[in-house]
Amino acid sequence: TTHLETTSQQQRIEKILVANRGEIACRIMRTAKRLGIRTVAVYSDADKDSLHVKSADEAVHIGPPPARLSYLNGSSIVEAAIRAGAQAVHPGYGFLSESSEFAQLVEDKGLTFIGPPATAIRDMGDKSASKRIMGAAGVPLVPGYHGSEQDIELMRSEADKIGYPILIKPTHGGGGKGMRIVQSPNNFVDSFLGAQREAAASFGINTILLEKYITQPRHIEVQIFGDKFGNVLHLYERDCSVQRRHQKIIEEAPAPCITNEFRTHLGQAAVSAAKAVGYHSAGTVEFIVDTATGHFYFMEMNTRLQVEHPVTEMIVGQDLVEWQIRVANGEPLPLSQVQVPLSGHAFEARIYAENVPKGFLPATGLLHHYHPVPPSSTVRVETGVEQGDVVSMHYDPMIAKLVVWGENRAAALVKLKDCLSKFQVAGVPTNINFLQKLANNKAFEEGNVETHFIEHHKDDLFVDPNNKVSYEEAYGAARFGAKLVAACLCDKHSALKESHSGDPSLLPIWYTHPPFRVNHHAKSIMELEWENEYDSSGSKNLMLSVTYHPDGNYLIQHLQIGENSDYTLEVKASNLGNDNFRVEADGVTMDVSLAVYTKGQIEHMHIWHGLHHHHFRQKLGLELSDEDEKQHKTSFEHICHPPGTVVAPMAGLVVKVLEEDGAKVEVGQPVLVLEAMKMEHVVKATSAGFVEGLKVSAGQQVSDGSVLFRVEAQE
Amino acid sequence: WTYPCPIPNRIQQFQTKHFSTGILPDGINRSSDTFSQNSSSMERLLSELQSHVNKVLAGGGETAVKRNKNRNKFLPRERIDRLLDPGSSFLELSQLAGHELYKEPLPSGGIITGIGPVHGRLCMFVANDPTVKGGTYYPITIKKHLRAQEIAAQCKLPCIYLVDSGGAFLPKQAEVFPDKENFGRIFYNQATMSSQGIPQIALVLGSCTAGGAYIPAMADESVMVKGNGTIFLAGPPLVKASTGEEVSAEDLGGASVHCKTSGVSDYFAQDEKHGLALGRNIVKNLHLAGKQGMLNSPPSINLQFKEPLYDVRELRSIAPVDHKQQFDVRSVIARIVDGSEFDEFKKLYGTTLVTGFARIYGQPVGILGNNGVLFNEAALKGTHFIELCSQRNIPLIFLQNITGFMVGSRSEANGIAKSGAKLVMAVSCAKVPKVTIMIGGSFGAGNYAMCGRAFNPNFLFLWPNSRISVMGGAQAAGVLSQIEGTNRKRQGIQWTSEGEEKFKAKVKEAYEREGNPYYSTARLWDDGIIDPADTRKIVGLCISASLNPPLEDTKYGVFRM
Repeated sequence: TTHLETTSQQQRIEKILVANRGEIACRIMRTAKRLGIRTVAVYSDADKDSLHVKSADEAVHIGPPPARLSYLNGSSIVEAAIRAGAQAVHPGYGFLSESSEFAQLVEDKGLTFIGPPATAIRDMGDKSASKRIMGAAGVPLVPGYHGSEQDIELMRSEADKIGYPILIKPTHGGGGKGMRIVQSPNNFVDSFLGAQREAAASFGINTILLEKYITQPRHIEVQIFGDKFGNVLHLYERDCSVQRRHQKIIEEAPAPCITNEFRTHLGQAAVSAAKAVGYHSAGTVEFIVDTATGHFYFMEMNTRLQVEHPVTEMIVGQDLVEWQIRVANGEPLPLSQVQVPLSGHAFEARIYAENVPKGFLPATGLLHHYHPVPPSSTVRVETGVEQGDVVSMHYDPMIAKLVVWGENRAAALVKLKDCLSKFQVAGVPTNINFLQKLANNKAFEEGNVETHFIEHHKDDLFVDPNNKVSYEEAYGAARFGAKLVAACLCDKHSALKESHSGDPSLLPIWYTHPPFRVNHHAKSIMELEWENEYDSSGSKNLMLSVTYHPDGNYLIQHLQIGENSDYTLEVKASNLGNDNFRVEADGVTMDVSLAVYTKGQIEHMHIWHGLHHHHFRQKLGLELSDEDEKQHKTSFEHICHPPGTVVAPMAGLVVKVLEEDGAKVEVGQPVLVLEAMKMEHVVKATSAGFVEGLKVSAGQQVSDGSVLFRVEAQE
Repeated sequence: WTYPCPIPNRIQQFQTKHFSTGILPDGINRSSDTFSQNSSSMERLLSELQSHVNKVLAGGGETAVKRNKNRNKFLPRERIDRLLDPGSSFLELSQLAGHELYKEPLPSGGIITGIGPVHGRLCMFVANDPTVKGGTYYPITIKKHLRAQEIAAQCKLPCIYLVDSGGAFLPKQAEVFPDKENFGRIFYNQATMSSQGIPQIALVLGSCTAGGAYIPAMADESVMVKGNGTIFLAGPPLVKASTGEEVSAEDLGGASVHCKTSGVSDYFAQDEKHGLALGRNIVKNLHLAGKQGMLNSPPSINLQFKEPLYDVRELRSIAPVDHKQQFDVRSVIARIVDGSEFDEFKKLYGTTLVTGFARIYGQPVGILGNNGVLFNEAALKGTHFIELCSQRNIPLIFLQNITGFMVGSRSEANGIAKSGAKLVMAVSCAKVPKVTIMIGGSFGAGNYAMCGRAFNPNFLFLWPNSRISVMGGAQAAGVLSQIEGTNRKRQGIQWTSEGEEKFKAKVKEAYEREGNPYYSTARLWDDGIIDPADTRKIVGLCISASLNPPLEDTKYGVFRM
């Protein structure tokens, strides 16, 4: 009955302002819509036409593109909420989601913050404070010594208590300076003294702390949920060990290779952590798991809905955004801990616009082609962009999250691989190829994940220039792909015949398929450049000849200069519309997708066939080089005068002489001024040196081409 | 205006709903001996044609082709392919010009010509083949160049000259330089076409020496390729000989000189690909507003057409190699017209000439086909039909298989000469597009009456089994041996029957050789030898190209009544 009272006291949320952008804004709005709740988007100038704005019932402009002037500007967002008449604000993740000030501001203005209480955000935001609170609540922390007493013998005994290996770390500074990993007690003293010396030299303070060093850690986090009545439950864990640049790229739920008992312990620890700060709404407690010992330790708590929450939703069959709204409305949690189901396994792969070979550097650009896999009951694509959108430098370069579910981990992994190979993005470089390699990695398949996974398996995941085998394989696949591109392009051209409407009296028979030739078969030569993503040898030029067979098939061959070096592939292509083709090559029929777009003078072609994706380029035209733009001078003009000679560019009157004969001049330095056709023309030194033979004076008339002076080079 | 769903006008709506009475029967017996004999003889003829064509497609030999490639140049047909709209058709003309004409082979006469679309606009291409004698002009090269210009002028097609030629072939200067239809005529044609608003575009992709220099100079717009393209009246050797000046080809007449200094050329191209792309751009920018041709033709063209009911490839089995064999020309018509629908005109009168209306790729045509010797009535019927078509702006198609007009006293007394003259008058004066296909024999005055080369058909093609001569070899041998016999008798010389046979055989052999389609096509008496199976397609393309300009009204001379 108390529950009912509270809910009736508070006005139910009918309109939510989503203080975020991109996929998470779209995702929140989707749930809101389903619940009949109206949505308000906020947007910066850069997002005027973006998907989250289109998905909302209303949208309010909040500022210029830089996030600190728009999506991080709490007061203007709250103002927007009040203006739009929203009762609640959902912060999403990132931006203001973990700002206790913002949560407080929202509440102060009489709005509901869909998230945890501001106090909980503040407590968990302070890393050392949070550890203190957790320690008090009995949540396991990484064993260590943080005391001010620095006696070496005491430290050694503390180290023995913690257990080896030990990490010795200066309390001040950073960048790994003075850090030591000590494997056994024998090396402790040397390492300790070394670390002290280095810390003193680098930071001036030589206090040291000790922590247990975890050699093969896993990153496992627990999704917790609380309501405003003090009920907290957990929704199992996620494994987010596979990271690059300290950012997760593949997450899964539940964590592989752990026992149910361990799962229960983990869940209980997370619930205790949340209860210790009076938590409600969605939160995540992150643990570091020592794979060697099986111990887990508290790392931090994220007081928000996380990027990877969909994997949890997939295995428990719940909508966490709906839960957040219900809790914000003052409703109790819809389930009790024992009622939380656990079914199957889910993966999330984050698809980023980024340059994998260049250290995963974020990339920007126009999404010329964007065809995510079609969603189903087991496949979710969370995206905030559409084809034609720009991935800008202002915000996170994530394009989409691909979420798949399967009966078990193996089944889910099969689905993940399939979906990745069919996820089509062209225009910006992405990490899809890399994700595919990850998903196909043997250790990953076995669930042997840990936070150094990418580093440990870099030989398999990255290009190895010396690995001839994989390169040859990739090159062979690219050559085959090029043939399919050639066939599909030719087919596209024949389908394009209708667009050749330059002259309406010109009959379509001039564009029949195959094109007609008198007593021979039409042929076309195509020059493609393969964007080699497989090794460091750079792009490769491929020259193909396409012969149009009378039955409509294409006979395609690679031409190397001077010789025919390749077998002929017979391809039959039928356009299914929308750049999708059904292609029969060498008796095998398959689906092929093509994306063609032009960037500057270059035509880009992307093809997806089977598990492959290839990127080719074709030069369209040429820009004139500077050399060609220059005024032409025939050789006889050079012959007439010795080098360095400057002649009058036109007939005219000398107005001013700026330098004396014999003066030292720099390149481009004005020497005299001519006037002709009512215009002044400055005659400059053509090279550095000394002016020689300057005989003209002001007021003198000179004829076209007459010698004015010479610049003698310095000795 | 887009093609996929044209709004049919009222006439077209009725046309698509009409119940046709003119569907032709199949007309051939596939199990007959004639059918299989014709098939196998045609197969032989086609493989002969193919081997000749393959030879000319390879250009002027391996070394020359390699040298061409090493200079970053494409072969002329590759150049044309890159200019054409992607995936579009190309109607090449007189592929086998120069075939066994000179002591040395001259593949395709050293020049490739033909019609195809660029940016949706039909153009005439004239491309020198630098791998054949350096692209120099033999007499037949000039003839082929002029023929292309003639078609361009007739069909008002923009001309694109892909220049890569050393100029006139000097050893034959007397046959290429001075006469009316010689080298100078190329420039005369450029000037007059330009004056009529027919764009003249030159792409200088190689050397362009002496007389050749005028091709880009006379063009409305021209492109030059750096490094490869040169234009000069006299090359470096001649300059040195005449003035003593030593200068490189590039400095004397390269792209830089002509695009930056002399202004002889308008567009500077980095390389050949760039040059060809610039060429496409020029066509894109041709301003075609107010082009009258469109007003005339499209409404009458039905864009939704049916394919013939019978296999067009069976034309290969219909045409007899033995010209004494008769066949019904309707079986040919049935395989080239839309839906095999042919509405015959005066079917029961003058039956040796078949006339009627049909459509080819939706384009209305009037067809005249021979079904035997031309009699009085047939000639009158043909005249009547041509008058009908020219009055209604319907293009004419002549399917020639004719031994001539009927001879003999009865025929003469009936005024066969008068009737024939009427037909010739009509054929000559009709201003509608005319396309002639020789599907069998083309002998004597029949050649004239059925729109032979002299009667300016827009296009004329031969089947490989066709024969052209003033009369059949046997008849000629008979006539000549009679005259010879009379002569000898007058001189009192005895002529053995053996000698007479030898004489006859010699005449027959000469007629056989000179009546051969290769003899004709080598000399450009036609626009090419074609596979009968391509007839429908080629006629369709020819009519389409011919309908490019607005049609003129026909005025006849005095008909002898």
